[in-house]
Amino acid sequence: MARRSSPEVNAGSMADIAFLLLIFFLVTTTIETDSGISRKLPPIEESEEDVVIKQKNIFTVLLNGKDQLLVEDELMELEEIRAAAIEFLDNGGGKGEDGCDYCKGKKDPRSSDNPDKAIISLKNERETSYAAYISVQNELVAAYTHLRNVRAEELYGESYSEMIKNYRDVNWPGNKKKLKQKINNLRKDYPQKLSEVQ
Amino acid sequence: MSKFNKKNKGEIPAVNTASLPDIVFMLLFFFMVATVMRDNDLKIKNELPAANQVEKLDKKELVMYIYAGKPNSGYQSQYGTEARIQLNDKFAEISDVPAFIYAERESKREELRPFLTTALKVDKETNMGIVGDIKQELRKVNALKINYTTRIGDVSLNKN
Repeated sequence: MARRSSPEVNAGSMADIAFLLLIFFLVTTTIETDSGISRKLPPIEESEEDVVIKQKNIFTVLLNGKDQLLVEDELMELEEIRAAAIEFLDNGGGKGEDGCDYCKGKKDPRSSDNPDKAIISLKNERETSYAAYISVQNELVAAYTHLRNVRAEELYGESYSEMIKNYRDVNWPGNKKKLKQKINNLRKDYPQKLSEVQ
Repeated sequence: MSKFNKKNKGEIPAVNTASLPDIVFMLLFFFMVATVMRDNDLKIKNELPAANQVEKLDKKELVMYIYAGKPNSGYQSQYGTEARIQLNDKFAEISDVPAFIYAERESKREELRPFLTTALKVDKETNMGIVGDIKQELRKVNALKINYTTRIGDVSLNKN
């Protein structure tokens, strides 16, 4: 008896089914953003005695209600603030114990002693727009990243951003513990001291 | 004779669509993998500002989201056009923030609680006043790690 071959399944509607699913996922997809600028808020309990910080170690940035930028009592554009912050942080005007042997700044005694003491104080008003505030935050973080990059090139021959990228990369073949140590060293040399005043 | 001119009757043969499902499936798989189902239905305008010095938030389950922005047009008759806070699926007042943080903390395992981060997803046209108020409330409940969620891009995009 001749065996009948089973009839072929018609796959013509497969494309339709797949299209249906595709359109469903297209519509429901929102590619979520999950990156941003991380900050740490100061704890609320005020310490009894105020820590005295020398005026020359504070870099005041004020963003007013009309989104105008006042840096150290001078009107400034957003594009200039990065350079100004770098100059302030890398000044290294301190003497002796407060000195900074890796700073490349002008060593102006009227500006910051060393990067560890230098504090950027960012003030805003209630009417300041959030976009402008984030722009300024971004530029200030960029200033720190720039200084760390320069320092990393000097110490380890690769940039800080590159090291961070490697640290995040799961496929990176190098020694992560050592890398973390290097990153921490750089963060100690240029600590991010950015205070957000209400 | 007819034996030889079966082919080439002058008609154009139909395009073979056998590989169409394959292409569609490829697209389908891409979207399936890239999809993150949104767990909050946004009732506010939420266009994030751009920044390029960003850090990635890697542990999704350790993030609490606070949204702020102008209410969408459908809600403006009820809630006005002033920027509002949204927690989970509801509009909220500033005073609701601590309760929200406590509830979120309760829902996480105890050993993970110190690592919780608050992501502020704030529309770029919002005033800093409301953001400052949120930050103040967060300080009161000791939720000090925050993240200003942004798009990745140059800051010049923030100017209109």
